[in-house]
Amino acid sequence: MSIGAGPQSQGSRRLSRLVNIGIPYVWLGVFFLLPFVIVLQISVAEPALAQPPYTALWEWIDDGLLQIQINLRNFMLIGEDDIYLAAFLNSLWVALVCTLLCLLLGYPMAYAIATAPERWRVLLLMLIVLPFWTSFLIRVYAWIGILNSGGLLNTFLLWLGVIDQPMQILHTQTAVYIGILYSYLPFMILPLYANLTRLDPTLLEAAEDLGCRPMRAFVEITLPLSKPGIIAGSMLVFIPVVGEFVIPDLLGGPDSLMVGKLLWTEFFSNQDWPLASALAILLLGLLVVPFVLMQRMQQTMDETQP
Amino acid sequence: MKRRAWPLLGVLAFGYAFLYVPILLLIFYSFNESRLVTVWSGFSVKWYGELLHNRQLLDAAWLSIRIAATNATVAVVLGTLAANALVRHGRFRGRTGLELLLTAPLVMPDVIIGLSLLLLFVALRELIGWPDGRGFTTITIAHITFSMAYVAVVVRSRLGQMDASLEEAAMDLGARPLGVYRQITLPLIAPALLSGWLLAFTLSLDDLVIASFVSGPGATTLPMVVYSSVRMGVSPQINALATLIVAVVTLAVVIAGISLGRKPGR
Repeated sequence: MSIGAGPQSQGSRRLSRLVNIGIPYVWLGVFFLLPFVIVLQISVAEPALAQPPYTALWEWIDDGLLQIQINLRNFMLIGEDDIYLAAFLNSLWVALVCTLLCLLLGYPMAYAIATAPERWRVLLLMLIVLPFWTSFLIRVYAWIGILNSGGLLNTFLLWLGVIDQPMQILHTQTAVYIGILYSYLPFMILPLYANLTRLDPTLLEAAEDLGCRPMRAFVEITLPLSKPGIIAGSMLVFIPVVGEFVIPDLLGGPDSLMVGKLLWTEFFSNQDWPLASALAILLLGLLVVPFVLMQRMQQTMDETQP
Repeated sequence: MKRRAWPLLGVLAFGYAFLYVPILLLIFYSFNESRLVTVWSGFSVKWYGELLHNRQLLDAAWLSIRIAATNATVAVVLGTLAANALVRHGRFRGRTGLELLLTAPLVMPDVIIGLSLLLLFVALRELIGWPDGRGFTTITIAHITFSMAYVAVVVRSRLGQMDASLEEAAMDLGARPLGVYRQITLPLIAPALLSGWLLAFTLSLDDLVIASFVSGPGATTLPMVVYSSVRMGVSPQINALATLIVAVVTLAVVIAGISLGRKPGR
């Protein structure tokens, strides 16, 4: 290595750091982090008949006096009206139920794919991802036709004789559960699969050699070791579902009020930007804990990667 | 062992049926003569004809495709830079911060991203006069912001698996870092760049919520048109559109699968 190469490559390394770290940082700082500061600021503003429809947070009064107004009206409004609390609780409930449903269906599927013969795995996994590539909106729309009172599911159940008149499924919470399970299932299966294929097969072989039954080996070895996958998948489902808008809007009814839909209504129908911002801040606060949990698990999974 | 596998296969079959039956039904009924979804009244392609004459929908589709392509291209660049930073620069200061910023968009509810970006654009306009009017640019910026996080995940895992000795060898032979990156690293991670691009393209084409927030008058994307028509009820034109999308996606996946599968050593 020539003597001149030292400082030169050090210089280019510094440049590489600057570009690789700096540019994504600046972009995400401006377009992802900064917006939250503004949401926080507007959540303590007052709605106004103006363009934009909220009052300014600060004002310069002569003599260099800066007047800052913090208005807690929005948060008090949310605290006083039961509809907001109900929407938050229902969102958490729906997210919890759907996460469990995804886990219940997704775990055996991920396990079956991970233990399938190797030449099948790519195809099976591809079939899980493929629906994700087609439009989400259209896939939710497909369920309207299925869950309708004259739809396929009712026709099928009537034909089976399980029911003697059409059930109301569309525009109920049940329809929301089905729609979310359908749309978010791949997000559960993929991390679980990644986790399950990384498990050391010799552990199970050793257990079998020692006379351990397959079921017990699963409960005592596979299940505890797949905990990072379970948590990562659960958070990938739980967090976005709490704020979901499209599915409760298209499939849900009056009994399935969720925060995402409420925020949308406050913003688009009532034009109350400050109240919508306050809802966003509360929703964000609610999601911090599961997010940190997910981040931790992600790091554990990265570290245990062979 | 064999006996235990049967219930598992049952669940697997149920899962795939659950994922695919709705899509197959959409395709099936797109060829239905009748406007009613559950009544089959004969084969027809008239909904495709109507679709191709739906000016509003075609305009929206064109806008969406332009946004998606611009978004995917910028997102691949930014996402790759971020992946380089995380894989190649070890424990730099602010690493945890960058990781957080790259994970958060993956799970952040759309309503929050949409609302917060809109408020940013409004505030920026008050402050510096940009962006003047909302539409193509604001939607594209919003999409890049979450797409680059997905690209970073894809490229990062590929970079992490890469054999570093090739690059080291080139460096030892006196190649410049940028030259090494262009001639060795980029070709090796090209499949990840391609799938990252396609992923970003799809995510953008699919987004209703964020685009609705940051869009302005006159800029209507395809999902917005689909959404307003779906809110009116079931429409066979949407079935036809869905079938076209599924056909294009399946074709793309098959082509990608074949061309990647042909390469020596997978």
